[in-house]
Amino acid sequence: MKIEILGTGCAKCKALEENAKQAVAKSGKFALIEKVEDITKIMEYGVMSTPGLVIDGKVVSTGKLLSVDEIAALIS
Amino acid sequence: MFDWWQRIVDSLVYGKFGLDSKSALGSALDFFLFDTAKIFLLLTVIIFVVTVIRSYFPTEKVRDYLEGKHPLVGHIAAALFGIITPFCSCSAIPLFLGFIQARIPLGVTFSYLISAPMNNEIAIAMLFALFGWKITALYIGFGLLVAIVAGIVIGKMDLEDEILIKPPAAKPPKLEEVKIPFKERAKEAWDYTKDILKKVWLYIIAGVGIGAFIHGYVPTETIVKYAGGDAWYAVPIATILGVPMYSNAAGVMPLIEVLTQKGMLLGTALSFMMAITALSLPEAMILKKILSIKLISIFFGVVALGIMAIGFIFNAILS
Repeated sequence: MKIEILGTGCAKCKALEENAKQAVAKSGKFALIEKVEDITKIMEYGVMSTPGLVIDGKVVSTGKLLSVDEIAALIS
Repeated sequence: MFDWWQRIVDSLVYGKFGLDSKSALGSALDFFLFDTAKIFLLLTVIIFVVTVIRSYFPTEKVRDYLEGKHPLVGHIAAALFGIITPFCSCSAIPLFLGFIQARIPLGVTFSYLISAPMNNEIAIAMLFALFGWKITALYIGFGLLVAIVAGIVIGKMDLEDEILIKPPAAKPPKLEEVKIPFKERAKEAWDYTKDILKKVWLYIIAGVGIGAFIHGYVPTETIVKYAGGDAWYAVPIATILGVPMYSNAAGVMPLIEVLTQKGMLLGTALSFMMAITALSLPEAMILKKILSIKLISIFFGVVALGIMAIGFIFNAILS
């Protein structure tokens, strides 16, 4: 599983990355977490409100700081 | 609407505390208690309601709607969407590029980019709390006018080459709509409201405190002499002073309320408020990464001219 965090470096984006790491650790799954800061790549996903969360190439959330539990629900 | 609260505060300050209603201390304290409670109550309610409504209008949806519209319809719709969509200057870049990527004209993009911060929920809530719905409606109405006209002007200037980063050539993919139950939206809006209040409460207390001091202690003549009156330079000075105050909009609004009560003209006050929200230095710094200095200067210049025009027109009509 591949999880991508889309964000150009705002505080919320960093917090989302942190929550994603914790959610993965909690779930016990094997997942690759990648922070995408390149604006062109973010645009290719069609996301305009950061932070965005992408799981296996699919945008599941935009403009929201999801909690650890919310992310855990999305990856399970 | 808040007469009952004024009566309670009056009986507390002038009755219980035994202060004279003509005294500076009495009227300052009365003003402070009345204003802070009223502001926090209205701020909480308005931010919560606006945030719930906004959760139904993500910017991605706005982009899809504006795509391929007639330019004039585009300008008007973009400015209107600025009221009901969430906006944070931290996502100004993906927003800007996302619009351009969807082939939305540069001018229409600017109409949105001017309207969105101007109609932010804190400014609207503070305006409503301090000045009532009439002034709030005037502010929103003329704010939309500035956003539409400035967007059209910028669009006519052929500035497309001033965008430094080209968005991907492919049109943005349509995002699947995520169904969110109302209960969850309400919970998120409430969390957001609490976050905002945590951020601004100190500014508000400070702003109302200074306002109360002016209200009680500074004579009207002094204000009229320095901040008000019908001197032609009042409007430009108010506009320039507004630029560095973006993050403190919540604290500055109570000061404007007192200044208008003490003789600052309404047009000058409107220019001041619009400059605070629409001309934001942090946003300009962020946009500098993707726009040339020339385009940012034109953007600020055109908007500043529009804001000043509104101040002048208002002062001329009302005086």
